[in-house]
Order: sequence, then structure tokens, then C-alpha cells
Amino acid sequence: MSFDVPEDCRYRETHEWARHESGTVRVGITDFAQDELGDVVFVELPAVGDALESGAEFGVIESIKAVSDLYAPVSGDLTAVNDDLIDAPELVNEDPFGDGWMLEIDPADPAEFEALLSPSAYDDQTA
Amino acid sequence: MSLRTPPLAADHAASGAKLTAFGGWEMPLEFDSIRTEHEAVRGSVGKFDVSHMSQLAVSGPDAGRLMNRLTTNDVAELAPGDAQYSAITDADGVVLDDTVVYRLPEGAPSDAAFLFVPNAGHDAEMTQRWARHTQRWDLDATVENATDGYGMLAVQGPEAIELLGGLCESPGSVSRFSVAPREIAGVECLLARTGYTGEDGVELLFDADAAAAVWSALSCQPCGLGARDTLRLEAGFLLSGQDFDAEDNPRTPYEAGIGFVVDTDTPFVGRDALSAPGATDPEERLVGFRLADRGIARHGHEIVADGDPIGAVTSGTMSPTLGDAIGLGYVPEGYADPGTELGIVVRGDTKRARVETPPFY
Repeated sequence: MSFDVPEDCRYRETHEWARHESGTVRVGITDFAQDELGDVVFVELPAVGDALESGAEFGVIESIKAVSDLYAPVSGDLTAVNDDLIDAPELVNEDPFGDGWMLEIDPADPAEFEALLSPSAYDDQTA
Repeated sequence: MSLRTPPLAADHAASGAKLTAFGGWEMPLEFDSIRTEHEAVRGSVGKFDVSHMSQLAVSGPDAGRLMNRLTTNDVAELAPGDAQYSAITDADGVVLDDTVVYRLPEGAPSDAAFLFVPNAGHDAEMTQRWARHTQRWDLDATVENATDGYGMLAVQGPEAIELLGGLCESPGSVSRFSVAPREIAGVECLLARTGYTGEDGVELLFDADAAAAVWSALSCQPCGLGARDTLRLEAGFLLSGQDFDAEDNPRTPYEAGIGFVVDTDTPFVGRDALSAPGATDPEERLVGFRLADRGIARHGHEIVADGDPIGAVTSGTMSPTLGDAIGLGYVPEGYADPGTELGIVVRGDTKRARVETPPFY
């Protein structure tokens, strides 16, 4: 089985993606991760204004069968949270790189984004 | 230790099913998605490979006496072709496992008097237990660990009998908790009107070598252990090793809510403890609950009331049918009534929950 690994994203080895989006960095989990988890039923996210630190836990995602921590790909203040996931956590399964996004971060250090895994490096990891 | 594999292991691998380790076996966790599989069983029909379940065959003139020594229910109530849910307890009345006992009918593929089905990974322990007690009481009976020789499938859902009607003779004439021989896809099977989902349906037992023929003849949604767990939890059925565990969470049948399988008129191991004053009114018992707040209770989460810890969750999940988080856990008797407000501590936050009697669908 092959999974989507969009070229316009960078990745953490813990299966979060990050993408530049008009000045902020948008964050979610990958197609591989949503498939591993199965039916997502609950996403616990921080609040707008919270400060995130690269590599630190920022939330929790639960499927019917599993619980998994979420890790911030970059540091910075949270500028937006996808509230649609409260009532429709299945968006993470249906569209992990689109409507299933989780956060937007005002990046504190552009170098952190550049240090994330490239699409091909992430693809190799999940192959 | 390497995992045991069911006769259909190669078929499951080829189907792309996700696999999981359970009870010492490597079994399918999900074929498509737990939700899809769960909904198929509640709405129409699904099939499960449950070959990880144990099968022990008991034969000989004293087979019934032996079964009544080691299971809490009374097998003398069983006519050939009857099935019975039961518990296996130790001398303290602690549940070692729960099981279904089949008194085999005429024409069954096995000559044994009884076949019983303990949970996955309990087959060696129970075979030893049965053999030891045969000797101790000098009974004329033999027990055979038939687990590796049997394949076992469950076909569950409101359309299960209709599906089987196209494959064998009058499956609907086998009544609930009965077992009868039927030929399916040219394979001699035991067809039992039993299951672990809360839905109508059957469990099929047959020669392990014939598993692929029976499995492929059943045209319906394949389901894994993930959906089996959400279905049984919605139904309020116990999971051995999780909702009771002789080592980690020793419980009597009364605590676990299955006191109805205890017949103290039979001389079973554990009877004295379970006949003692107060045994039927334990201080703690297993209750169902539903969360009112967002969050999901999981095995091991603390149950609190008025800020004080009072118990622990044994099973918890998101109910695919209700869309609410549900679970089972032990609480003191005073907190066991339906409607009682509880708290479930999820990652440091106390979520509001209410005691509710299953089923949750």
C-alpha cells in the first residue's frame, strides 16, 4: 500500500506534517499515521495563543483502538486550531493533509522547518 | 516466544488485514476499518476468524461429572445439542476464565461428550487443570486439547441466518444456545447459535484444514478483533484477562456480574467460597458507564466519586453505534446503581460519567 506524501510538506519522524501557509506553519498528521490509527474518534488540541516547542507534545489523538501523542514540528505561538475536528474527528482519516489539519503556528525559528524531513526522506521511513 | 497462527493466516496476510498479537496468537485486527466492520455486524452480517479461541474435548462415562467439578454451571441441564455459558473458578471462587460448554449432538464430527471453549491462550492451562482433577477424583474421563485441530469462525448480525441459509440446511432451526451438525462448502461443521456481539448469529467449528473453504464460502464483511471488541463491549460482555484476571484483578462471578452462571447445587471447585454468606452481595461489582464529557475511558483509568478514587476502568472505547464513550469498571456497591454520577480520570482530567446498564446500542 502506498500513502500520500505531498511534496509541499515537511515531516517529523513521529508522522506529523508541516506546511507553509501564508506566513504561518500548518500542522497535521500524515496519511500513513491516520491509516495506522484507524477510525479517529477524538482529537485533543491546545488553545490559540499557547506557545508550542518543537518536539514537545501538543495534544493527543485517539482512534477506536489506540491513543497517540502529537508532537510539534516547529516552535511558536498557536494562531489557529481546527475546531471542525471537535465534532468531526473523522476528517483526519478522510483528508489528513486538507480538512483534517490541526494547528497553525507562527514559527519562531525558520531553521526548524528546514530541518524537518523532506518528502522523500519521510517516504523512505514509512516504506 | 513466537505467536500461534490460525489456519487462515496466509489468507489474512493476502487480504491486507492489519494483524495484532492477542492471547499468544497473531490474529486480524481489522480488514477495512473497525467502524465499517462494526456497522456491518449491527446492520447486516460479518464474519470473524476466531480460531484463537481454545477448544477442549471431554470424553468418557464421567465426562459430565468432571465438567460439573470444574465449571460453575450445571451441565446436567444440557441435552445433546445444548450449549451453556459458564465460568471456571478456583477454590476461592475467583474466575480463571469464562467459557461456553457444548454438549455435542448426535452426528457431530467429534465423538466427545462435551466440547468447551475457553479464551485464547488458556488451552494448555485448562487441559492440565482438567487432567489433574480427573486423576484427583479418580474419574473415568479424558480431556483432549483440540485447539490446533479446530478452525472456528463466527458469523454475526441480523442477516447471519439468511446468509447461512444459502450454504446449509435450515440454520434457523438451530435455536439460541444450541449446536447441531451442518455441512457448509462440503465441510462437516458444528453450527452453534452463539456469539459475542449481541447480535443473532452462529459460531462454526470444523477441521482446521478446511478453514479456507468455509471462510471463502461466506460472502460478507470480514471483521477483525477490533470490531469484535467494540461489539462485545457495547453488548456488555466480559473480556477474559481484562474485565477479570485471576492474577491482576481477581473477581468472583458475582463481582463480575455473571452470578447467573453459578449453580451451587453442583460440587464445583469454588462452590464453598461462592456459597459463603455475603458472596452474592459483593462489596464491589462491575458496572457499565457512559461518558457525558468529551474523552475516552480506557483500561486502567481511575474511577472517582466526589474526588476520591473508588475503582478502575477495565474496558473502555468509543461506541461506534452511539458515538459516545462507554466502558466497564468495578465500583463499590453504593455507586453501582444506574444513573449514579462517576468521574473517569483521563490524562489528569476528570470526565463526568454515569452508570448505565448495557447494552450500549
